[in-house]
Amino acid sequence: MCTYATVKVAIEGSAKGPGGGWFHVTDGTVYFDHPVHAMAEHTLNIDFTDPSKGPSARVAVELTAASARELVAAIQAALASAPEETRTPAATGSRERR
Amino acid sequence: MIESSAMSETLCAETIRITGYGADEIEAYAARPAGDGPRGGVVVIHHMPGYDRATKEIARRFAELGYDAICPNLYWREAPGAAPDDAAATARAKGGVPDERLVGDVGGAAAHLRSLPSSNGKIGVIGYCSGGRQSVLAACNLDLDAAVDCYGAFVVGTPPEGFPLQVSNLVGQLPNLRAPLLGLFGNEDSHPSPEQVDELDQILDDEGKPHEFHRYDGAGHAFFAVDRPSYRVAAANDGWERISTFFSTYLGG
Repeated sequence: MCTYATVKVAIEGSAKGPGGGWFHVTDGTVYFDHPVHAMAEHTLNIDFTDPSKGPSARVAVELTAASARELVAAIQAALASAPEETRTPAATGSRERR
Repeated sequence: MIESSAMSETLCAETIRITGYGADEIEAYAARPAGDGPRGGVVVIHHMPGYDRATKEIARRFAELGYDAICPNLYWREAPGAAPDDAAATARAKGGVPDERLVGDVGGAAAHLRSLPSSNGKIGVIGYCSGGRQSVLAACNLDLDAAVDCYGAFVVGTPPEGFPLQVSNLVGQLPNLRAPLLGLFGNEDSHPSPEQVDELDQILDDEGKPHEFHRYDGAGHAFFAVDRPSYRVAAANDGWERISTFFSTYLGG
């Protein structure tokens, strides 16, 4: 299937690659659809990008649905261990669904 | 595969520029058999993952079958020169390909094919995945001689709402379908589901539109995709035979 479902989020951070270099990322795109490389018919795909630097400024991951859920739980667990003062919306960056 | 006398083992494949929607110059991949013709042309609409190696292989296969084939890069405007996967990601993030633009780009590709000295004036269109829907869309809006929909979602049915990728079904446009339609579907697909294929079949019956549908057990979405786990050799082989016969019928002569 082509789900067409796509969720975008504004993010603030950095990612490594392509070419081994770090770059600033401003946008995240999340979708459940065909992977390019993973050996599954559908995967949870995340693109970390900086559109101002062109299409190649992208770090992409393709995860099975089960591993994506495990990743979400791991992220939540890691964030839960963070100091209280870092848990405010201002500290976690702006979010939107476009 | 049923071999036709037009099959060619000598062909030329190259990247070219064509004039698409809004008089924009866009990239396209052209594959043409050797020889003077006359012969039909095929516009190949790539799947949502983009203008990739596997899609270019499909274009070359149509050349081998005896057609002038061309695949427009639908993401050229968003990501000129980018790797196909990066271009697909960029286009998705920007909302995908608007229907009006798709029709213009396919129309430009068809015009290019018709302008070739080898053309017999007959043009077919084929698309896979999102391109299956776009193939039907093109055949509702352009003068084409044959159309093939390979498991296109949301020709009928209700697309998801609230996402950047805006897509609508084509039910309201189906009365304008002006080419015979070949549909190839997997019975284990959910987008389109077997029930949606039934619905499309019924609408086309009611409208008196010539169409031919084939459905495959043991196959889901993207069963033609040789580089993906969804590949199903029996369905794909039979599908290629159906396509070959269909295009020979409507694009030959």
